[in-house]
Amino acid sequence: MEKTVITVVGKDTTGIIARSSTFLYEHNINILDIAQTVLDGIFNMMMIVDVSGMDITFEEFVCKMKALAEEIGVDIRCQREEIFDMMHRI
Amino acid sequence: MLNIKEVFETTNMIEHENLDVRTVTMGISLFDCSATTVEETCSRIEAKIRRHAGKLAETADAIAAEFGIPIVNKRISITPISLIGASCCKTPDDYVTICKMLDRVAKELGCNFLGGFSAVVSKGITESDRLLIESIPEALAVTDNICASVNVGSTKTGINMDAVKLMGEIVKKTAVRTADRECIGCAKLVVLCNAPDDNPFMAGAFLGITQGDAVINVGVSGPGVVKAALDKCHGENFQVLCDTIKKTAFKITRVGQMVAQEAAARLVSSSASSTFPLPLPQPSVTASPTSSRRWASRSAGLPARLRLSPCSTTR
Repeated sequence: MEKTVITVVGKDTTGIIARSSTFLYEHNINILDIAQTVLDGIFNMMMIVDVSGMDITFEEFVCKMKALAEEIGVDIRCQREEIFDMMHRI
Repeated sequence: MLNIKEVFETTNMIEHENLDVRTVTMGISLFDCSATTVEETCSRIEAKIRRHAGKLAETADAIAAEFGIPIVNKRISITPISLIGASCCKTPDDYVTICKMLDRVAKELGCNFLGGFSAVVSKGITESDRLLIESIPEALAVTDNICASVNVGSTKTGINMDAVKLMGEIVKKTAVRTADRECIGCAKLVVLCNAPDDNPFMAGAFLGITQGDAVINVGVSGPGVVKAALDKCHGENFQVLCDTIKKTAFKITRVGQMVAQEAAARLVSSSASSTFPLPLPQPSVTASPTSSRRWASRSAGLPARLRLSPCSTTR
């Protein structure tokens, strides 16, 4: 399993989760965990996904997610899970 | 499983508190590059640097993209050149020729600095050391990405005053030689006392003679992260302050360790090197597997050796 953390930050609007998860489904990326909060109208979402079965390279995945982020009008970051594990787990 | 607070703490550090990897520096030993002619020595040095660091910039960029952490600089440190050129350099111009070759290679590999145009003369000066030192003003004037350093003393041996006098003249000549460019030559020249056994920090960087064939060093930078953490400690007691600093330093250092492990794992598979120590600044973390196979088996776990020590901050 190759875990990647996707973070979405931006103005709350309809369809952020729907469009993100549709994109992930189209590329055979499995969502393992999802959490979200809305603070002062700012949408914060974190998804942990398994990219081991995806049909595109990681670079393409990052590029396409960025393009999607521009369409929706939010910021999306895709980072391998290890960086979070290293910082927050011994 | 990670929680949303931890994830956004990390992304906030990177996006708003300037957490980044300052540099991934590859140290390369050149002891097997000495030859009887300058041309042959240059040829061997170039081939060895390209073999080990040919994919350094590309690898660092790929790691930055995958982990979402900026890696600002890619650099190289090499064995002090006065040791390598001793067999073939008869004039200061010979060292200038080597320096030009190093500059060209560093630029072609996408490295903004290459350190190790150096001499260690804390006890005495060999003919080779003297020629290299005399070549410094010209060498730093005609190159852009090369850093030079001269170690002129140590607590154990005392200060080599002949070397100090010589370096006084060299510093002035270097400044004059690059006077039309704000004396930039001197910004790339370091005169040291008590140079460490191995120094990955520019401009005084060089690969220590006790190091392996190739090493990866990573410098992390997170003063903004520490400041933000301290801002949250107003009114708290000293224990809370100490714990906050320790926890924050741990997180910053672990990012550097992860990048170093990843870079070593990727570069070791594309080169013939066998040992990849990973010193990090503040505190430093060192991993020293004895073979590439052993490294590969450890790349996902803790390093072989963990050492905490005060260390100078990177530039």
